[in-house]
Amino acid sequence: MSSSDLQAPTGTTITAAGAAAVSKKPFAWRQIVDHVVLIAGSLFMLIPVLMAFMTSSHSDITVHTNGLQMTFGGHLAENYHEAMLVPGGFTKTVDGMRMLMNSFILGIGFSVGKIIISMLAAYAIVYFQFRFATLAFWAIFTTLLLPLEVRILPSYEIVQGMGLVNTYTGLIVPLIASATGTFFFRQFFKSVPNELIEAARIDGAGPVKFFIDILVPLSKTMIAAIFIIMFVFGWNQYLWPTIMTTDESFFTLVRGIKQILNVFIGSQIPEYGQAMALAIVAMVPPVLVVVIFQSWFVKGLVESDK
Amino acid sequence: MAKVVIDNVRKVYPNGTEALSPSSLNIEDGEFIVLVGPSGCGKSTLLRMIAGLEDITEGSISIGERVVNTLDPAERDIAMVFQNYALYPHMSVYKNMAYGLKNRGMPKADIDTAVQKAAKLLHIEEFLNRKPSQLSGGQRQRVAMGRAIVRDPALFLFDEPLSNLDAKLRNQMRIEIRKLQRELGVTSIYVTHDQIEAMTMADRIAVLNTGKIEQIGTPAQIYHTPASIFVASFMGAPPMNILNGHYNGNGGLEIKDLGHVAVDHKLEVTGDIQVGIRPENVEIHRKEEPHTIPIKVDFLEELGAGRLLHTTIGSTPFIAHLDNEHQIDGETVFAHLPAKALHLFDASTGRRV
Ligand SMILES: Nc1ncnc2c1ncn2[C@@H]1O[C@H](COP(=O)(O)OP(=O)(O)O)[C@@H](O)[C@H]1O
Ligand SMILES: [Mg+2]
Repeated sequence: MSSSDLQAPTGTTITAAGAAAVSKKPFAWRQIVDHVVLIAGSLFMLIPVLMAFMTSSHSDITVHTNGLQMTFGGHLAENYHEAMLVPGGFTKTVDGMRMLMNSFILGIGFSVGKIIISMLAAYAIVYFQFRFATLAFWAIFTTLLLPLEVRILPSYEIVQGMGLVNTYTGLIVPLIASATGTFFFRQFFKSVPNELIEAARIDGAGPVKFFIDILVPLSKTMIAAIFIIMFVFGWNQYLWPTIMTTDESFFTLVRGIKQILNVFIGSQIPEYGQAMALAIVAMVPPVLVVVIFQSWFVKGLVESDK
Repeated sequence: MAKVVIDNVRKVYPNGTEALSPSSLNIEDGEFIVLVGPSGCGKSTLLRMIAGLEDITEGSISIGERVVNTLDPAERDIAMVFQNYALYPHMSVYKNMAYGLKNRGMPKADIDTAVQKAAKLLHIEEFLNRKPSQLSGGQRQRVAMGRAIVRDPALFLFDEPLSNLDAKLRNQMRIEIRKLQRELGVTSIYVTHDQIEAMTMADRIAVLNTGKIEQIGTPAQIYHTPASIFVASFMGAPPMNILNGHYNGNGGLEIKDLGHVAVDHKLEVTGDIQVGIRPENVEIHRKEEPHTIPIKVDFLEELGAGRLLHTTIGSTPFIAHLDNEHQIDGETVFAHLPAKALHLFDASTGRRV
């Protein structure tokens, strides 16, 4: 988006200058090609979203008979109302708001937990010369190669043994150890100049004070970046919540959408409109987080100098 | 305010590098000491041991009457100014200066008084709410000084604080730091690789070379009676000319490619000698006179306040300083090396004889 915005003025000049200018500047062709690629890419990304939104404004029957819609229907308010506020599912106890809240709890718990754990781990690795620090780091680093899916059964085994199935703790805690986060924070901490640490030591800041007063504020942009990535990642978790939560009141949005489409009781038509509405609702928070934190993040990058 | 005693201090880094061989230095109360030497000679290492940022391998350091070997930096009653300023980028100037005091548990009102006073002294009052990134290099350096001053320490430590500034600002800050230090009367240790800074700022200079203190003395002592060839050629710009010579024991000094020079006192050693003479002590004549030797002018370097005559003697580059009145024409001039301006060094040890 922003890159095509930046290009726009140049493009305008060329059109205004006319054919002579175009033949003078052979790279105008390249710009046109660039724009075509950008526009095609944007459409490729946006059309499905638009389609989901349009479909969410039609009745289930229309969708069932005519498929996905590209025009605006008349059932928008109704679908969103049903999806968000009317309890559904088998037990009729959980509505969209509840799932939205669960998603937030998971997304925020996941990202904040990951940030705290990985900052502390990286702090220990970078600033304390304990025995086997390098080994510890590489041990953590190699677990990057092991995605959640590999350890999902043993993890379930443990969480279940602790009686944490259908709890937020069970949903979040097993996910928050983060090799990626630890790695990024380690690299960042290593780039903090030594003189700053020494100045802090002379100023009487011990390890805890240094971490809280200096390192955490310096890491602001890094935290924002990791928060964006991890929030979206956590929000979109599917497999682990599916295994961990059997109680519908712990369902997240991502999990709930599927549940709606699954409900083939008798000859009932799946609630397509509601599913699309939930999909749209599920999309909004990650987009907001990216938009809000991105500007913050860029500002931080521009202003900071370590 | 305090005396500092550095007693046979040695530093070996964990990787086995001996950065400082046992060195001693007594610093008087209120004195401004400059540690000078080429890069890698161990100046920072010594300073950082005094600050408590590096362990002391051997020996002891005391500040005031206290041996500080095992004390934390914050407990040593020191303040340090770093080359890259090391200001906390996310804190305002005010907070940068107040941070150390806050950590000491000083009441807010007292902190405010101290910060305002230091800010006034350094003319940075209008920047107190800015972030370091919104300041110029010179202003940042002032803030770094301010952070040191507010602590009201017994000892100031400076590690090449002016290296990142442009030449004009450096001259200005040099004078300002010195003035400020005189006003406050705080004992100071200042590290630099710049011999001009050392000469102009120091009460006494300690010249370091490869982990050893070569000479300690006032700027005049260092300049006029350098204790070794290293000190002689490191201090002074342009550097002292060094020529090879031989002394046969009877007042006869033979300089290679130049000939005989009379020496008025008898030397302790005989054999190979290195002979130094500062460019401004070389006398240049247009005509041949007694005790002159002809030299070929390679080129003249205009300084404004004089000129430098570059030549080579044998294969050794040689520089003479000329006053503005001194007119030179032609390719060949006649140089006279006054015996009393010669510095003689033992060729094997490099020490003055
Ligand atoms: N942390 C360290 N570990 C090992 N060697 C070091 C360390 N710091 C400095 N040295 C070595 O010690 C010597 C003196 O360094 P330093 O005191 O920083 O020199 P200077 O400040 O005079 O330029 C150098 O040879 C340097 O490579
Ligand atoms: Mg240094």
